[in-house]
Amino acid sequence: MFHIYCPYCGEYREEEEFHPKGEAHIVRPEDPETCSDEEWGDYLFFRHNPRGIHHEMWVHAVGCRKFFNITRNTATYEILETYKMGEAPSITAESRDDRAAAEAETAEKQEGVRA
Amino acid sequence: MSNSVDDKVKTFDTRTEAKVPVESPLAYSYRRSGAPAPGEGSGVVVRERPFLGHLVLRGGAIILDEALREVLDISLPGEPQALVFDASGERSVQWISPDEWLLIVPGGEEFELENRLREALGDAHFAITNIGGGQTLLELEGEAVSELLMKSVIYDADPHHFPVGKGVTTVFAKTSVILRRSSETRWELVARRSFADYIYRWLLDAGEEYAIGIVR
Ligand SMILES: [Zn+2]
Repeated sequence: MFHIYCPYCGEYREEEEFHPKGEAHIVRPEDPETCSDEEWGDYLFFRHNPRGIHHEMWVHAVGCRKFFNITRNTATYEILETYKMGEAPSITAESRDDRAAAEAETAEKQEGVRA
Repeated sequence: MSNSVDDKVKTFDTRTEAKVPVESPLAYSYRRSGAPAPGEGSGVVVRERPFLGHLVLRGGAIILDEALREVLDISLPGEPQALVFDASGERSVQWISPDEWLLIVPGGEEFELENRLREALGDAHFAITNIGGGQTLLELEGEAVSELLMKSVIYDADPHHFPVGKGVTTVFAKTSVILRRSSETRWELVARRSFADYIYRWLLDAGEEYAIGIVR
């Protein structure tokens, strides 16, 4: 059991009160009539399944019953942040890559100083 | 027998003049599972408060707050998990969700209250639902209540973590309840009617070691 921060209740609650609801930020095509079958199929059926940072929709099912978003690491199961519907994540795979690169660079520089 | 305050919404009084016997959601449980009387050593005493008026208010906090103050003289609790009572302690409003509140009033008041709220809210975007027939309220008192709750709900029911004036919807055994703390000594469970028997029997079982007593 672990705790998840509900951005609407404003506190950490037991995992048992929540349900995952799949990938977040899926945008419905504005004009379905003009979509190709492939575009519509992508929207309806195809989901990303990354190893690492993933944005998911969850619902506080036994609680406030609101949907919200979670940024989660699918490899470590670590929850990095939760945020309300309509908000953008502050942590993304790109921002993590940047940070990792920056850390590597700093480490390299320190190595250089030592050498 | 519709009494509409507005052409768009038909409201009706769920309490009729008809001579239909009314039974609490626990009537069957009392007969089937019994109701041990509270004694000297009872660490938990349960008392059902059936037939109260339960209304769900949905809409924006600002408009609902204005209407509630005008009609009931209670401010809408805007903070999550907040529960407030009026001066008499008989009427309460609880935060359920960012756009949802549970209003509980003495039985029989809810229909007039609903109509007055609808009038005060006018054309605003809101919904009021009478759910009194679907819920019942159990009051729990005694020194072992929080211990009993710790065995029953997944939410942290330690009195230090759960101050007076707090209320949450959470998991109770295999079902859900609204758990609230109305005073230093009193906790309340708002249970769904269809789960009232399950919750009652769970309480009897879990409360046995505290010599649980039922006030009827
Ligand atoms: Zn919540």
